Amino acid sequence: MSWVKKYGLSAAAIAISLVVFVVPFIFIIFMAVKDQQQSAQMDFSWPTSFHVVENFVQVIQARDFMLITAYINSTVITVTSVALLVVLSALVGFVLQRRVTWWTPWVDFFILAGLMMPPAVVPTITLMQQLGIFKTIHGLVLIEVAYNMSFSVILFRNFIATIPRELDEAAIIDGARPLSLFFRVILPMLKPVTVTVIVVQTVAIFNDFVNPLYYLPGRENATVQLTLYNFQSQFVTEYNLLFMNILLITIPPLVVFLFFNRQIVAGMSAGAIKG
Amino acid sequence: MMLKKLNATLAMGGATALALSLAAPAYAQDQVELTWLVDNGPSTVDIAEALVAAYEEKNPNVSIELEIRPGGGEGDNIVKTRLATGEMTDIFVYNSGSLLQAIAPQQTLMPLTDQPFMDNVQEAFQSVVSTDGEVFGVPYGAAQGGGILYNSAIYEELGLEVPQTWDAFMENNSAIDEAGYIPVIQTFRESWTSQIFVLADFYNVLQAEPDFAERYTNNEAKYATSEAAQKGFERLAAIHEAGYTNEDFNALGYQEGLEMLANKEGAHYPMITFAIPSLETNYPDQVDDIGFFALPGDDADSNGLTTWMPAGVYVPQTTSNPEVAMDFLGFIASVEGCEAMIDAVGANGPYLIEGCGLPDDVVPAVRDMLPYFEEGRVEPALEFLSPIKGPALEQITVEVGSGFRDPASAAELYDQDVRKQAQQLGLEGW
Amino acid sequence: MAVATAGAVNAPKKSRVKDRQASMYPIWLLYPAAAIYGILFLLPTITSLYYSLTRWTLFNSEFIGFDNFIQFFQEPFLYQALINTVIFAFVTSGLKVVLGLALAVLLTSPLIARDFLRSVVFFPVLVSTVGVGITFTILMHPTEGVINETLAMIGIDGPGWLVDRNLALYSVALVDVWRGVGLATVIYIAGIVSIPADYYEASRIDGATRWQQFRHITLPLVRPAMFTVIILSFIGGLRLFDLIWTMTKGGPGFSSDVMASVVYKQYQSGFYGLSTAGNVVLFVLIAVLAVPLNMFLNRKVVTR
Repeated sequence: MSWVKKYGLSAAAIAISLVVFVVPFIFIIFMAVKDQQQSAQMDFSWPTSFHVVENFVQVIQARDFMLITAYINSTVITVTSVALLVVLSALVGFVLQRRVTWWTPWVDFFILAGLMMPPAVVPTITLMQQLGIFKTIHGLVLIEVAYNMSFSVILFRNFIATIPRELDEAAIIDGARPLSLFFRVILPMLKPVTVTVIVVQTVAIFNDFVNPLYYLPGRENATVQLTLYNFQSQFVTEYNLLFMNILLITIPPLVVFLFFNRQIVAGMSAGAIKG
Repeated sequence: MMLKKLNATLAMGGATALALSLAAPAYAQDQVELTWLVDNGPSTVDIAEALVAAYEEKNPNVSIELEIRPGGGEGDNIVKTRLATGEMTDIFVYNSGSLLQAIAPQQTLMPLTDQPFMDNVQEAFQSVVSTDGEVFGVPYGAAQGGGILYNSAIYEELGLEVPQTWDAFMENNSAIDEAGYIPVIQTFRESWTSQIFVLADFYNVLQAEPDFAERYTNNEAKYATSEAAQKGFERLAAIHEAGYTNEDFNALGYQEGLEMLANKEGAHYPMITFAIPSLETNYPDQVDDIGFFALPGDDADSNGLTTWMPAGVYVPQTTSNPEVAMDFLGFIASVEGCEAMIDAVGANGPYLIEGCGLPDDVVPAVRDMLPYFEEGRVEPALEFLSPIKGPALEQITVEVGSGFRDPASAAELYDQDVRKQAQQLGLEGW
Repeated sequence: MAVATAGAVNAPKKSRVKDRQASMYPIWLLYPAAAIYGILFLLPTITSLYYSLTRWTLFNSEFIGFDNFIQFFQEPFLYQALINTVIFAFVTSGLKVVLGLALAVLLTSPLIARDFLRSVVFFPVLVSTVGVGITFTILMHPTEGVINETLAMIGIDGPGWLVDRNLALYSVALVDVWRGVGLATVIYIAGIVSIPADYYEASRIDGATRWQQFRHITLPLVRPAMFTVIILSFIGGLRLFDLIWTMTKGGPGFSSDVMASVVYKQYQSGFYGLSTAGNVVLFVLIAVLAVPLNMFLNRKVVTR
């Protein structure tokens, strides 16, 4: 009985997700291996001929191996920004959730403002020029940290609310200082949400194209999303190469997800409060 | 590499003069590196690569690095942002005509007025890259025409003739419809394609009202009150009402439109001739069956073509090496540079450079376009005569072409859109 | 770790609580984040507010008072865009909140191929907007698209998803849910796995059914995750334009325009002052809807 229930549910879930989520994915793969003429027809059809290697090589080689440079740049930017984001926004979420005072609503408002107001490009560039961080990788890292801060802080803050204050009290009695309280007691409890922040922000920053476009111009500074412009323009698009490119730049964040997904599962036992 | 970085740093700090003094001797002896920002249209990139290759071969001490940006509105924003913050590349490609005024050429660009190579550039182009008596750019690619790409195999099969008037065009459509082909292909999923009936009708507007552009800029002529100007909207609506379009006109895009034309499913596709290279690439066997004619007006005697000028190549005032940059522009404006472009993307229209003719083996659609230029039956599109082009036109023309909105109210709505644009530009009299 | 000694703590006096708060949760921990956020986001954004009162070409700006705001409120399709914005935000955030929870519950229960299913649900989040846009434009083609071809097989005449003026907005909303539900799901999953396993064990010993477990353990304890999903997807829905831009450009005609796409079009046209004014208006609209919601949700979290 329970076996039927268990596998019936699994089968139904797999069937539905296959239809809803996998069909579009298959479409993307089909497009990526077609020749240019067939891909220009823009339909969901079996490829008449397969051009996996040919398209792959063309995409990689395009514009002097721009994709390789882009991989490197995007990886450096993403890893650094996400590391900073996790530590900084967990700290902010921690202090804001634990310490409620008269200024808390104002800080809340400014944090929400980060989600509500788009950044102003030209004043930001002028400022970055004055600070000497325009057109630099670390400048863009700081921008990504600033722009994605609100999202991470809100996530951390709401999850820190689930950690009983008694734990803090106990650690304080044991003589913990603020930083050791945070890093030794709080942060380990936050494993599931930390993993979520890492995954979500990795995707957001790796896939960002507007900010690199404006704040990190220059050919040697290309990031992965900009490579899509090699094959797509206002008037003519080489769809097969575009979709091969999409596929290639989707793989690194997918690997990150697969890796961290296991961490979420692991967190199910390790993160649970005992006693 | 070091030198380039140094130059960039100094220029950024505003010490342009110092940077120049460092760069000038470099020109004579060492390697000079320039950067060049181009949009990502495939023929744009191909042309750029061909020009750079040809120039570098002649000048081994110069190397030019291409940087790609998106086209369209996003691309315009990038160009403006980089100019406004002093971060433009040494050379760049940007629109000619009304959009050029939006980057404040006098403030940001180096004038080319006194450069000897400007003698090679035809007057028709110089006029669309000039402000207050200064010229700023050289042509990048060929001039284009807006009108109807048609399938000549269908025409032959049905014994039709190229129409000189709108009525003749509609008669052809009726015959094509009866024969079971689609008379007019429309592809509104990409809404920019819906504007051609209005934009390419401008030659006909000028025949009726020769001073329309000037009065329009001065807030005197309106689409809603000008019978001639409103005809573009009316004709777009007439095609829809007669049921001459493909049924899925609102779901198809530009590439699919070209495919229908090439595969003889449809007879006419209102389009600008920059579509021809794409037809050549994707449908090499069918391209000989594709012809072109100007959008017909009321009178066969005043039939002519609305033209689109090519984009321009400009040098910003912040360039690291004005002398080499100018020399490169001179190369683009020479017969040699022009031939490099033709080698790269073929001959798709007149190149506007003195002495640069087209080869004899051009495709039929291009051959059909040339007589209009040779006989002087051409006028530039309105966006090259006036700084005002309302941004919402494509959405309005989709509404008209889909039968949601009648031509009169469309013209009124567009006039409102135009007023907003003029006010945002701070034009006098609005 | 030190939990065992917690019982030994005497109830501290009120003033000592304050002191301890100040010493254990010191403000300087906020400084690095505040510096980056304040300098690189808040400062330029607040500076730019001035430009909403100017005619701004990026090269020059001219003070024109409130003309931009007057112009903005005269946009011909503004009212419709406003309605569309609210509909879009409610539809997408509502579906993400509910479907995300359902998927998360499913994907934290023992299933075969669970890892595979999680990846599949999350995959759309990874694909660039351009790819999502093109893919669904083709799948939603009124006659040749797979969706309507499938519907036709079971005898349903499918609608013109993106080309019907009354439907386009909802079609894009569905695609946005498809793209974003994976994000909601991972946030929920983080919430569910943070619930101590003992609670479930204890309830099972008491003979609770799965539904009772969901109703009395999962649902109340997953609240922090749920509130996060609500606030993020609601604000995201009010601000969204990239998917609308790639799929319909606000069309057919103006029928799927939302506030953010109206503002974006002004920006694309080079109306920088006007679009800044539009952003201010949009900001006020979002603040009016989202700030009370956030305060309400925060109170709920804290008092649990």
